[in-house]
Amino acid sequence: MALPTYEEVIAKWDPVLGLEVHVELNTASKMFCSCATEFGGAPNTQTCPVCLALPGALPVVNEKAIESTILIGLALNCKIAPYSRFARKNYFYPDMPKNFQISQYDEPICFDGYVDVEIDTDEGPKQFRIEVERVHMEEDTGKSLHVGGATGRIHGADYSLLDYNRAGIPLVEIVTKIVPGTGKYAPEVAKAYVAELRDILRGLKVSDVKMEQGSLRCDANVSLKPIGSDVLGTRSETKNVNSLRSVERAIRGEMIRHAELLNDGKKVKQETRHFQEDTGLTRSGRSKEQAEDYRYFPDPDLVPVTPAASWIEELRATLPERPSLRRKRIKEEWNVPDKEMQAMINADVLDIVEATVLLGADPTKARTWWLGEISRIANDQNVAIADLAITPADVAQIVALVAKGELTDKLARQVVEGVIAREGKPAEVIEKRGIKVVSDDGALMAAIEKVCAEQADTAEKVRGGHLPAAGALIGAVMKETKGQADAAKVRELLLKHLGQG
Amino acid sequence: MIRNTAAQMADALAKGETTSVELTQAHLDRIAAVDGQVKAFLHVDSAGALAQAKDVDARRKSGEKLSPIAGVPLALKDVLAQKGVPTTAGSKILQGWLPPYDSTVVSKLKAAGVVIMGKTNMDEFAMGSSTENSGYGPTFNPWDLTRTPGGSSGGSAAAVSAFEAPLAIGSDTGGSIRQPAALTGIVGVRPTYGAVSRFGLIAYSSSLDQAGPFGRTVLDTALLHEVMAGHDAKDATSIKAPVPAVVAAAKSGDVKGMKIGVIKQLQGEGYQKGVQTRFDESLQVLASLGAEIVEVDCPSFEYALAAYYLIAPSECSSNLARFDAMRYGLRTGDVNGASAEAVMSATRDAGFGREVKRRIILGTYALSSGYYDAYYGSAQKIRTLIIQDYAKAFTRADVLVSPTAPTTAYKIGEKVDDPMAMYLGDVATIPVNLAGICGMSLPAGLADEDNLPVGFQIMAPAMQDQRLYQAGAALEAALLTKWGAPILSKAPELKGAK
Repeated sequence: MALPTYEEVIAKWDPVLGLEVHVELNTASKMFCSCATEFGGAPNTQTCPVCLALPGALPVVNEKAIESTILIGLALNCKIAPYSRFARKNYFYPDMPKNFQISQYDEPICFDGYVDVEIDTDEGPKQFRIEVERVHMEEDTGKSLHVGGATGRIHGADYSLLDYNRAGIPLVEIVTKIVPGTGKYAPEVAKAYVAELRDILRGLKVSDVKMEQGSLRCDANVSLKPIGSDVLGTRSETKNVNSLRSVERAIRGEMIRHAELLNDGKKVKQETRHFQEDTGLTRSGRSKEQAEDYRYFPDPDLVPVTPAASWIEELRATLPERPSLRRKRIKEEWNVPDKEMQAMINADVLDIVEATVLLGADPTKARTWWLGEISRIANDQNVAIADLAITPADVAQIVALVAKGELTDKLARQVVEGVIAREGKPAEVIEKRGIKVVSDDGALMAAIEKVCAEQADTAEKVRGGHLPAAGALIGAVMKETKGQADAAKVRELLLKHLGQG
Repeated sequence: MIRNTAAQMADALAKGETTSVELTQAHLDRIAAVDGQVKAFLHVDSAGALAQAKDVDARRKSGEKLSPIAGVPLALKDVLAQKGVPTTAGSKILQGWLPPYDSTVVSKLKAAGVVIMGKTNMDEFAMGSSTENSGYGPTFNPWDLTRTPGGSSGGSAAAVSAFEAPLAIGSDTGGSIRQPAALTGIVGVRPTYGAVSRFGLIAYSSSLDQAGPFGRTVLDTALLHEVMAGHDAKDATSIKAPVPAVVAAAKSGDVKGMKIGVIKQLQGEGYQKGVQTRFDESLQVLASLGAEIVEVDCPSFEYALAAYYLIAPSECSSNLARFDAMRYGLRTGDVNGASAEAVMSATRDAGFGREVKRRIILGTYALSSGYYDAYYGSAQKIRTLIIQDYAKAFTRADVLVSPTAPTTAYKIGEKVDDPMAMYLGDVATIPVNLAGICGMSLPAGLADEDNLPVGFQIMAPAMQDQRLYQAGAALEAALLTKWGAPILSKAPELKGAK
């Protein structure tokens, strides 16, 4: 049978989702030792007896990680457990130094929350509630690099390299309850959920939430049941889903794959699958038909986590505005059209535009700069906007100079370029590049007269009413004033000079 | 000189009558002379010890204020990491490992100017009661070289008993300090759980392990206790409280008006006659000193051994998972492109001894899904009941007492093939570990039938360690008067001894 189309799948099958998101916290030190957590260090330079599991070493909980996890729980409308414990998840794997992972098992720190997301449907915007089962803390593993062999997997490799810099980095796992009832919108709901989580986490400043660096990772569980049925189908768990777009693609792809099997009367295997960014398909990983026995038990090296109710309330009071509410507020306050709003969200510039506006810039101007010229340069250089050397304060200053008439839009672009090229702050760039608006009518008139004399024929045509010819003269005047004149002003004076004003 | 107490040695050092170098050399000479028979040490760090001794002598000369036992030499159980000194926990799997860091106990000893002479033999990963489970051969009891010194800290106990060291450090998970102290005629204390940092103590059973001191007198033991204890931010289970005033208690040694509870379940049947006799006599001595003797009932102690042999193996099955040949220690089977899994398996097979494997398998089984509640879960409930038994008993008595071990030292090889018989030797010491409280063993004399030392155990509530020393010092003084000489003077001379 041929692969069913997505329309064929949703005509017959009802998808059920379950999402597990792992978030690396941005604490300065690891979950159970004082090693640095910075991304990208030389292999095994951010390690110590504790995270290498040397004999005798003991874990001690990072209080900041507990605080961050409670903040996440509160932001996801969870209850916070007055008593929770760490447990050991026992299994052997070379990238896990202790051969057990310290995690939380039946006593997670946060539980019973929800996240509301809104997506566009055929009937207009519609809200879906994703229920959060639990939020718990654990430690990340090290990284293995399997060298040789065709698959890059441990089996068949000639040898493996291990980097324990990541071992022990605090991870928070956010697990949803099963998400039924999303129908054909399942892939979009999942994407919107992960996007909303990302925005919430960013607002809390507890993680870098960079999916491409793995600081936010999503495992997507998908199963299908016949429409109208109450019986859940067998699920697959897709790992390695490293972008918002991939969340959508992976779920859509799995729905189609499941439907093909089920349509053929075959069974879906309960297994882990790995998402392939290049093909958008998943490949089979570990079989989960026989549940692994991790022999969980409370970690005797650690004491229970017992946050005081007063501390939880203090943390609750510091929660930032919920991202969805904030977007609604910004859209109304700044009077942003739908399409532009979406563009800002997609380009991830909401924070930076808001910071610019808070520094006094006009919202429309601020938005235009960040979404336009600055986004373009970031794209050309293939870097994130946030990594460019230009700040909201710089943009606010440039917007103010344009408003005062001290810069033209064209000159302002040169200043932006200069700031990004690390030539200095706007004032320094203006100084160094000798950028100045020629607003002195006398100087302008001198240039106009000079150009009209040099190009007498063209000037004559304009004088005779052939206005399009003025373009060449304006260009020449701009050149004469080294681009420092306001083109509109030049045009006005030129036409007046040639009797056309 | 080596037959003096640590307190006397410290005094001589303070008065300038001797130097730490001289004292340390005398002990190194003694080790060279007798350790071929006793085999208390796995590694003797002569150069390191003499360098430490020289350093502390210089500090003393410069007028620096030093700890009360600065310059006194000590033997360290091989379960504690010492930077740059071979540390094996008695296991072949760690042969050749040089720790890149100091355990907190070692840091404290160094800061106090205590001279660490070397690492002592032990049952592999502290699993055993006779030191026969060492990967490097057994230690022999200085009282009778055909017998075991007990275990798992048998090397440390034998070293102190054989005058190879005046002080030693052991660790006690189910009696591994108190039982060898009893079997070698010395004093050993297991402090309250959390009183001494476990950072750098190679874990056997995290919720039960606790390092503690050995000495030939109650006061010596207290002096070491005070140096090694105290809160440590590197151990999450470390207690944030001042160290109990154990030295002051050891110096006062008074039991007048003290209520002493005899645990009904820890005497009588199963206890060697000579052990029971010496225990009963000691009780009479305490009564004659003005203590009030009461009997207390601890019905759940019947299940303590069973609970221990589920909890300790469960924790060890996880704690010992890190010995996988990937980062340190032994690596075997790494040939012909063997997989990581195959190398891990071959290394663990070659590196662990029979008893360690037995406990790993037992613990793995007890934690398995479907068995957890029946085994590990039930054991934890028994633990709670034992805590309650103690709490109730301590409302009636200030300290509780029992014989430390049911028998005197047994022959090497006698119980090695009968784990259950070996485990039964821990019946009186294990409840202390399960409850997280403190306990001491001190000599109560020699059993009539075999002329071997008998241990008297004192137990006190958590962080009331000073009560052990107060009662222990009183009993010790009275018995010394009765005997006329310390018990170790009755031990046979070792061949090769000067």
